Amino acid sequence: MRLAEGGTHIDRSRPLSFTFDGRAYQGFAGDTLASALLANDVRVVARSFKFHRPRGVFGVGLEEPSALVTIVRGPDREPNLRATEVQLSDGLVACSQNAWPSVRFDLAAINGWLAPLLPAGFYHKTFKWPRWSWYEGAIRRTAGLGRIAGTADATRESKRFHHCDVLVIGAGAAGRAAAEAAAQRGADVTLVDSGRIATLPNVRALPNTTAIGCYEDRLVAAIERIGDRQRLWKIRAAEIVFATGATERPLVFENNDRPGVMLASAVGAYLERYAVVPGRNVAFFTNNDSVYPIAEALRSRDVVVSTIVDTRRDDAVLDSRRVDCDVLAVSGGFNPNLQLFSQAAGKLRYDEKLAAFIPGEAPPGLRCVGAAAGEIDGGVAPRWRSPGNPRKQWVDLQYDVTVADVELAAREGFSSVEHLKRYTSVGMAPDQGKTSDVNALALLGEITGRAIGDVGTTTFRPPYHPVTIAALAGARTGSLAQRYRRLPVAWHEKNGGVMEDHSGWLRAAFYRRDGESEAQAIAREVRAARFGAALFDSSSLGKIEVFGRDAAEFLNRLYVNNVKTLAPGRLRYGMMLGENGVIKDDGVFGCLAPDHYLVCTSSSGARDVAFWMEEWRQCEWRELDVRIVPQTAQWATLTVSGPKSREIVARLGVDIDLSAQAFPHMHVRSGSVALKGDPQVRVRRASYTGEMSFEIDIAAEHADLLWSRLLELGAAENITPLGMEALDVLRVEKGFLEVGVDTDGETTPLDVGWGEAIAKKPEDFLGRRSLSRPAQQRADRLQLVGLQPEDPQLFLPVGVHAVDDAGAPIGHVTSSCVSPTLNRSVAMARIRGGAKRSGEVIAIDIDGTRHRARICDRAFYDPQGARLNG
Amino acid sequence: MKRIDCPWCGPRAENEFTWGGEAHIVRPGLSCGDGQWRDYLFTRSNPRGAHQERWCHTYGCAQWFHVARDTLTHRIERVYAIDEGPVDATG
Amino acid sequence: MGIANALQNSALGLAWHALRGHRHWRPFWRTPEPRASYDVVIVGGGGHGLATAHALATKHGVRSVAVLEKGWLGGGNTGRNTTIVRSNYLATPSARFYDHSLKVYEGLSRALDYNVMFIPRGVVNLATSRFQLRTMRRRVEALRLAGVDSEMLDVEAIRALMPRLQIRSTAGCEVFGGFIQRRAGIARHDAVAWGYARAADRAGVDIIQNCEVTGFERNGDEIRSVQTSCGRIGVDKVAICVAGHSSVLAEKLGLRLPITSMALQAMVSEPIKPVLDVVLDGGFYVSQSDRGELVMGGGTDVYTSYAQRSGLQRVEDNMAALVDLFPSFARLRFMRQWAGIIDLTPDSSPIIDAIGNVALSCGWGSWGFKAIPAGGECLAHLIATGKPHPLAEAFSLERFTTGALIDEAGSSGGMDDREPLL
Repeated sequence: MRLAEGGTHIDRSRPLSFTFDGRAYQGFAGDTLASALLANDVRVVARSFKFHRPRGVFGVGLEEPSALVTIVRGPDREPNLRATEVQLSDGLVACSQNAWPSVRFDLAAINGWLAPLLPAGFYHKTFKWPRWSWYEGAIRRTAGLGRIAGTADATRESKRFHHCDVLVIGAGAAGRAAAEAAAQRGADVTLVDSGRIATLPNVRALPNTTAIGCYEDRLVAAIERIGDRQRLWKIRAAEIVFATGATERPLVFENNDRPGVMLASAVGAYLERYAVVPGRNVAFFTNNDSVYPIAEALRSRDVVVSTIVDTRRDDAVLDSRRVDCDVLAVSGGFNPNLQLFSQAAGKLRYDEKLAAFIPGEAPPGLRCVGAAAGEIDGGVAPRWRSPGNPRKQWVDLQYDVTVADVELAAREGFSSVEHLKRYTSVGMAPDQGKTSDVNALALLGEITGRAIGDVGTTTFRPPYHPVTIAALAGARTGSLAQRYRRLPVAWHEKNGGVMEDHSGWLRAAFYRRDGESEAQAIAREVRAARFGAALFDSSSLGKIEVFGRDAAEFLNRLYVNNVKTLAPGRLRYGMMLGENGVIKDDGVFGCLAPDHYLVCTSSSGARDVAFWMEEWRQCEWRELDVRIVPQTAQWATLTVSGPKSREIVARLGVDIDLSAQAFPHMHVRSGSVALKGDPQVRVRRASYTGEMSFEIDIAAEHADLLWSRLLELGAAENITPLGMEALDVLRVEKGFLEVGVDTDGETTPLDVGWGEAIAKKPEDFLGRRSLSRPAQQRADRLQLVGLQPEDPQLFLPVGVHAVDDAGAPIGHVTSSCVSPTLNRSVAMARIRGGAKRSGEVIAIDIDGTRHRARICDRAFYDPQGARLNG
Repeated sequence: MKRIDCPWCGPRAENEFTWGGEAHIVRPGLSCGDGQWRDYLFTRSNPRGAHQERWCHTYGCAQWFHVARDTLTHRIERVYAIDEGPVDATG
Repeated sequence: MGIANALQNSALGLAWHALRGHRHWRPFWRTPEPRASYDVVIVGGGGHGLATAHALATKHGVRSVAVLEKGWLGGGNTGRNTTIVRSNYLATPSARFYDHSLKVYEGLSRALDYNVMFIPRGVVNLATSRFQLRTMRRRVEALRLAGVDSEMLDVEAIRALMPRLQIRSTAGCEVFGGFIQRRAGIARHDAVAWGYARAADRAGVDIIQNCEVTGFERNGDEIRSVQTSCGRIGVDKVAICVAGHSSVLAEKLGLRLPITSMALQAMVSEPIKPVLDVVLDGGFYVSQSDRGELVMGGGTDVYTSYAQRSGLQRVEDNMAALVDLFPSFARLRFMRQWAGIIDLTPDSSPIIDAIGNVALSCGWGSWGFKAIPAGGECLAHLIATGKPHPLAEAFSLERFTTGALIDEAGSSGGMDDREPLL
């Protein structure tokens, strides 16, 4: 009922309409949904989790365990909100949850009748025959609290970062005093509170903001309520003051979960803030002094207070009498709110006088003030048990855990507080035990004959209060959730490029022209590369420049190849290993000058290799004069490949002699190109396609221009943009391996035919020692070979296995295509002992059917490399 | 979110750094036995307590340095240069 | 009374006890004082230690067994994991080992007479590029040939399994397909520990909680007794099953291991009505428990840590991943986070081996919960017979010397090197 006057939080000049379970009600601006429901005498707002008992509003704030509701906004629903934390707004649509057909008449209340069969852990003792899956579906549907909708509001609030000298959590009297004092001594102070904050000079106030987690080195996560959304704040403070107050704990007695049983402090708050009394006849049940001022306040507003049962007075003689009331306000004492303090590694200790846990040792930079520090009056006389049926005495309202459950847990040996929690689920509900924790462990202590301090608390874990996933994700949704790197040439997406993820880069898998299928497009691109000219954007290619007097020595320690024998202007295809001997990356490296080398890595390896190089340079080889300059994103790389490539590149106007004699395959040249500004270029004659290729590095800002120019200049030869799928076909035809595709986390260079080459190098290099271990020397290792199926048109899907006569796997296909150039299927595979099995016919298992294929050399097309030379 | 004192950039959040494993492990030469090589690659003290390790300020100055840190409390005892040797545990 | 005990764990038993106000349930396990000595002392009262004790007592007739647990049993990683049970590993020895474990899970509730709530929801991995799809095929084929169920899924099948999954058709993060292991699923982690503890206790194993091992006493090469916070206990054989603390105990034995202990975080949402029927696995993984909570994890905090602290960055990363996969979960609330200490090996495969009379079961990383039944059986076999169990032969310590590592980084999610977006 609403009193005619008063209410510090409400504005009676602004009435609001809302509905609950389809019925219309009125409230005021400033009301919470709970205060408005109580003002309208709505007493049953929810059904409990397990037994579906009727429940009403119990508390006034975040501690509310019972009044869980769902807010409906069009097609969107937000379940599991506490009615006490929902700010009333005009047109608010709220409904109860976990009840059918209605909260007033819930069929599932039959669970209450079955309660004796449903003690804690009952599901472990049964549902075993024939198997759990027979029952699980039905049980899942009865579990869970609210229901979420099929869609959700996509709006997000960006996160905020904040630094301050002193962060005060809680703007009650103690918090305000601490904030003021800190501001007066010149500190940069921030004050947060879940509710309103009256202005303080020189203090930054963050109202409607609940601190939910204290992380390492005094990082505090807080959630700001913005309308119906949440924003995450990440606050780093030099000092934290916990003015987090205390939460009242209820007394535990028979039927203590009925609608109308409420925390006494909540009854006081509803009166004070909202001019609401939850009934017309209020009784009190207490073990401490705190209820008396509340009773006085009610009486002064002409509310009937029928009786105050004080365990300290009546405990010895509990005579049996009947008292009529429609609100029973209970107080079992107060628990300082120390969850955040504890998360920040603050220690707790049990105080006998307060019958509560108070702060113990605090890490540097943290302190507690006010009620949180245990400054609570009240003369509490702890009372943890009551006579009566333990199955009807609730310890945890939100998960329906009763005294009987705690007794059962103790009886069955779950007497450590963590076992109690896991066995009965006490304190594991979304309210994280705010009104049940201490009652539960005190009860456990009494049952098992231990002092509460010895029972201890369970570990407090973030968040203090549940946080929407949207707030934690912040703005990292949609395109911001996908962190792709993009090539410098914008042309691809606009001209039929089918863009896909390739190792974190967005690249064209192929370019679709009108009416083409994917297969047709790929075949067209491959033909162009083999017989005409292809153009591809290989800008993601890793490019790392290495400078210094010891550049060659440095690289010689990294590569399996001999680096020192590489003359300026020349390129070599190299391989790097991890110290475990596994192939880490491959690519072409070049000598530009005796103290200047260029390392090209795979697109996926660029960052890792640069990082790896710096690690060795800084940590282990500090004696070397070498500098590493990653240039992957700075230089675009456009590659012209095909028999017609030279004449097209010649038209560009580079001041480099491109003739076969002056610029052979596996050489590198530098010069400038006749574009606006005469930009520098570096040109590599290296080939991943097996055709004559010119890889042109140019500063990324010129990439678009160069791309367009090459398309123009090559029009007569029908120069064709090449996608990744076609590139894959081309390299498979040549038997060129791709690290991570034809190799995995165990493949060494010995497994791909590099044994002889390595033997020629005398010096140590990273990973070398691993190659001489017994396992790496075995002849029956998976070794990379070529495969040609006997049926030339049979495609061998990547991943299918080769099997022996017994059907046991002896290897697998790593790369494969039906080659348009050779007009037959070719593949690469890792086969046990494959290096010595050339010519052998083996069985490939495809979906249970075996097909024959011959092991052969990987270089299917132009094995001599004639097309590369010249 | 731990703060680490980069010797060049000052205290920064832990997600700007890359951990480089246990420090002061000496790489054996090519002639070492399989057991010695194994220890270099894989065997680690992995202590619950004082630990000396390498870190790189990847999203800052990209420099490597050493940290003496307690692996239970995460407390950083000291940060020292990459070219400094192991800190005497009793010192 | 006799009938009631026999039927104790059943609907009938529940009813019988209900009529008597549940006052006659017996403790799940005794709380005995440690004896002066045992044939086998197992250090570590988590899933692996308890399963080993159970197998020793019930399969090998070794009755003089004690499990020493420094805290409360099942309080380590067994009580902290995200409860996924699967066997879809790449290497044949791994697939066989984990599949044996999965088979035991399928009948574990009846074997232990305790419902561990194993449910084969199906574990799905998604391919978000052509490359991933091809790599997946290799795993599916390897599994099939090893006799383990798995099948490729196309986009339509994935949509049917997870109607709320966001499957984009625009460039980037498309779903190209995936694969599923239908027999895989989830179980209630605490129940596995309690079920094994109860069964082991009934078979005569002494489970001693709040008993920390502080040292070992040798006679020559063999360990002859353990020093504990409850006094000295003589042993014939010792087993170490302490997961993240393996190096701590190894050090007391004068050993160093190829193990690094790191924090693995997990988090749950509030319970809601069913929204996800399968387990979605990958770098980020999520399933829905029977109580209705979404149970999630993904990525390790990459540095040595024994702190069991959870952090904010991991939650932000994982929640961003969750809402990107399932946009309708935006209004759902994150309720709790925690961390365990995982013992990582260089190849993401475990170590089950013995040195003298000390048997070691460690290197369980983030893959230990699914392995509890097989891990227990294999370690018990090693202890009882002195020979490795055929299923565990490949998981020797020696492999780190010979180079015969079993690389399962891909199947285990590996270590996360995701760039953090602040």
